Amino acid sequence: MREIQAQQITDVVEKLCIEANQYLPGDVQGAIRKCRACEDWEIAQGVLDKIITNFEIAEKESVPICQDTGMACVFLEIGQDVHIVGGNLAEAVDEGVRRGYANGYLRKSVVKDPVRRGNTGDNTPAMLYTEIVPGEEIKVTVGPKGFGSENMSMIRMFKPSAGLQGIKDFILEAVETAGPNPCPPMVVGVGIGGTFDKCALLAKKALMRPIDSSNPDPFYAELETEMLEKINELGIGPQGFGGKTTAIGLNIETMPTHIAGMPCAVNINCHVTRHKTEVI
Amino acid sequence: MEKHIQLPLTEEIAKTLHAGDSVYLTGTIYTSRDAGHKRMCEALARGEELPFDPKDATIYYVGPTPAKPGQVIGSAGPTTSGRMDAYAPTMMSVGARGMIGKGARLPEVVEAMKKYSGVYFGAIGGAGALLAKCIKKAELIAYEDLGAEALRKLYVEDMPLVVIIDSEGNNLYEEGKAAYLSSKKQ
Repeated sequence: MREIQAQQITDVVEKLCIEANQYLPGDVQGAIRKCRACEDWEIAQGVLDKIITNFEIAEKESVPICQDTGMACVFLEIGQDVHIVGGNLAEAVDEGVRRGYANGYLRKSVVKDPVRRGNTGDNTPAMLYTEIVPGEEIKVTVGPKGFGSENMSMIRMFKPSAGLQGIKDFILEAVETAGPNPCPPMVVGVGIGGTFDKCALLAKKALMRPIDSSNPDPFYAELETEMLEKINELGIGPQGFGGKTTAIGLNIETMPTHIAGMPCAVNINCHVTRHKTEVI
Repeated sequence: MEKHIQLPLTEEIAKTLHAGDSVYLTGTIYTSRDAGHKRMCEALARGEELPFDPKDATIYYVGPTPAKPGQVIGSAGPTTSGRMDAYAPTMMSVGARGMIGKGARLPEVVEAMKKYSGVYFGAIGGAGALLAKCIKKAELIAYEDLGAEALRKLYVEDMPLVVIIDSEGNNLYEEGKAAYLSSKKQ
């Protein structure tokens, strides 16, 4: 058994909140540059150039890439041989978010009640997910999630008879409905299977996987490629001004589901798809 | 087409702008999101004045990050404009003309734009670090308790924008996509 201080978790979460908001991951930078090279529509080329300049400025000057520095989605994979000491885990994570958003000059975008509103003032609470895994380490991933794109996400409980075609149509419907609102070019996270709640989580986790990677199952890897191509034939383009580059990546995550169902969730993200991971 | 525009946005200038134009705005603009718009429209309903003169004014839908020491303002890209649709016709009815944001607008907003010669500009969503560079002055003028959503007066120089919907109701979101798709069919 290994002891890990709650303070260490706080420190790592603080650091990851700041870094994730300032430095766009290499896979996302690479995908945007690749799409710029393939884009043949003039207004779209201009938008992609400005998007590239923007993340370069953010990295060079250590400022947020986007003013919507998001809700802090924190994923912890906790080794079963780890004993957390010196504090409460959820409080340690929230303290990391609090410090990260204050010390990193990030925007506080969380309200304390969904209906009655009122800003919490420190961007807490984190959207915290924990998973117990083998080992004696803690893997911490922080993915700040903006709501321009989150608001355009969809979930549907399909009958199994809808089949693969139902899933394909739904992914395109979600992207078409989103249109210019989620700051395209988008990254699309698709979850298929599980229960209503697990399906949505799969879609969110799909957004945390590098977009230059593929689903290990060749069936879903091919579906990822096919759907990304179909999305880029819709013509929405960067910012919705028209063009080829509507999405720069699409990841699918799946899990077993009930004999009577086929849930599908589409979590939309923008070109500022941020996530950063560190192992304690 | 590229155009350099000096604010305020008069009716005369507004009518020269067409969907798809690239424009560089220079002058004073005001920031507000949904919470600020709600307060302004409530103030108007009570017969009160707005915190700024709305005549020919341009409103930027933005909630910036806090400024780091030495910065004028933090990252400051547009938020989704659809959340202001409930308030935009009222704002135009008292003289506000320009709107800067991103994303689709409701038909009633477009109708109000045609009636009052309004212009809807798009700034690049997610390009907050880049857009902050053209903001030379920022001053908090009202609703400080709203934090990032407080009303600010900004002075911008050559702010890079695209006309999404013009005062005749032409819409780049529809026309740009259609033009791209038809070019692929040829």
